[in-house]
Amino acid sequence: MQIGVLALQGAFREHIVTLEALDVRAVAVRLPEQLEGCEGLVIPGGESTAIAKLMDAYGFYEPIARRHAEGMGIWGTCAGAILVAKNVIDAVPDQRSLGLMDITVRRNAYGRQVDSFEAPLQFDSFFEPFQGVFIRAPWIEEVGQGVDVLASHGEHVVAARQGDLMATVFHPELTGDPRIHRYFVESVVGG
Amino acid sequence: MTERVNETGTLRVKTGLAEMLKGGVIMDVVNAEQAKIAEDAGAVAVMSLERVPADIRAAGGVARMADPTKVEEIVKAVTIPVMAKCRIGHFVEAQVLQSLGVDYIDESEVLTPADEEYHVNKWDFTVPFVCGCRNLGEALRRIAEGAAMVRTKGEPGTGNVVEAVRHMRSVSTEIAWVAGLREEQVFDAAKQLEAPYELVKWVHDNGKLPVVNFSAGGIATPADAALMMQLGCDGVFVGSGIFKSGDPAKRARAIVEATTHYEDADIIARVSRDLGEAMVGINISEIPDGERMQERGW
Repeated sequence: MQIGVLALQGAFREHIVTLEALDVRAVAVRLPEQLEGCEGLVIPGGESTAIAKLMDAYGFYEPIARRHAEGMGIWGTCAGAILVAKNVIDAVPDQRSLGLMDITVRRNAYGRQVDSFEAPLQFDSFFEPFQGVFIRAPWIEEVGQGVDVLASHGEHVVAARQGDLMATVFHPELTGDPRIHRYFVESVVGG
Repeated sequence: MTERVNETGTLRVKTGLAEMLKGGVIMDVVNAEQAKIAEDAGAVAVMSLERVPADIRAAGGVARMADPTKVEEIVKAVTIPVMAKCRIGHFVEAQVLQSLGVDYIDESEVLTPADEEYHVNKWDFTVPFVCGCRNLGEALRRIAEGAAMVRTKGEPGTGNVVEAVRHMRSVSTEIAWVAGLREEQVFDAAKQLEAPYELVKWVHDNGKLPVVNFSAGGIATPADAALMMQLGCDGVFVGSGIFKSGDPAKRARAIVEATTHYEDADIIARVSRDLGEAMVGINISEIPDGERMQERGW
């Protein structure tokens, strides 16, 4: 199986390392034609404004939407969750998003860097809690019908799935814990 | 529903923000208007300053932390992370910047040092710090003091990339040297590098720095940024190079694209066209002894 990791900016290397440890072929995607052959795509954490502008400049929006329609699964982490969401609150004016997943995400919802935090998260599919690393993180304010909540923290949804789309507002790639990557590969993409 | 146990200011959260900045460009800005231009060009963060390094160099005198009003103006203007500089060893300036809500503090040699022996004890803070380095020992000393990110120093405000290259090469060469040592040699390497054994051992075992390393000081063109990326840094700071040039918005965008596509010479060629005038550079040999900012920090 080949999974692409959007490598325009942000923590893409950590996703590649974690995926490779699961025996998946992980490729850095810097140009749209590199999406061909990818069964799944990870949009990593980084600065959503910077990634969105580079996606625009290099013509990524249409090819990602097309590859998704052809069956490519997509997982957005943090900035990536903002980019896959249908609705974004507190985005900069004219910030584009892919608008694929029926969720409303609030950007920088938890505050500035001094408010960034770690907290254990309970997933139905995992026996042990997953350590969530939240960095200037957004939260998922609303989910549409057909969206499954995978994990919440306090009142807010922090991980969700809609068919072959998944969003997490924290950073599994910084923990060395491969469970969510395995879930994406086996269930979201492979399911 | 999970019980809320939020742990702020952990090392993972501090280094984590630096991880998110990787592959990006952090730009020096002196007001809200410049900050917006930087954000619009795709900067991953801005460094709020009262004057860019080239002007600090020209003005002379003591350079200090920016006026809090200035920092707040920039914090309000953009949604990307905002960094700000405190003087080396000036832990009260750092306390003030933390209370203003900046996202990263740069304990910087660009400002006039407040302490010629000690740097800030960065473990005391919730906000993360980035510090400058010229070699592996200096990088590891800063990390031991709690820095969650380092940057090679270069020579700020010159528009001359030669010192940034020198420092990047020196860090990489020393990492390769440490990684190639036998276990019993690592103790002596720690002594030579004047750095804690545990950190030198970590570098020996992992063959890299334990935190993200950006490049800074003298980067003025898209090709400069790509050069530093090919030499192995994780991202770049551009200080005077953007807003001291003829067309800041266009140059800023070009440097962002060259940093992402640093191995693609066709793209670097395309974005390097018609950028207008670059900042006028300074030859390092023309800077009088004792006025090189990189020599500040211990």
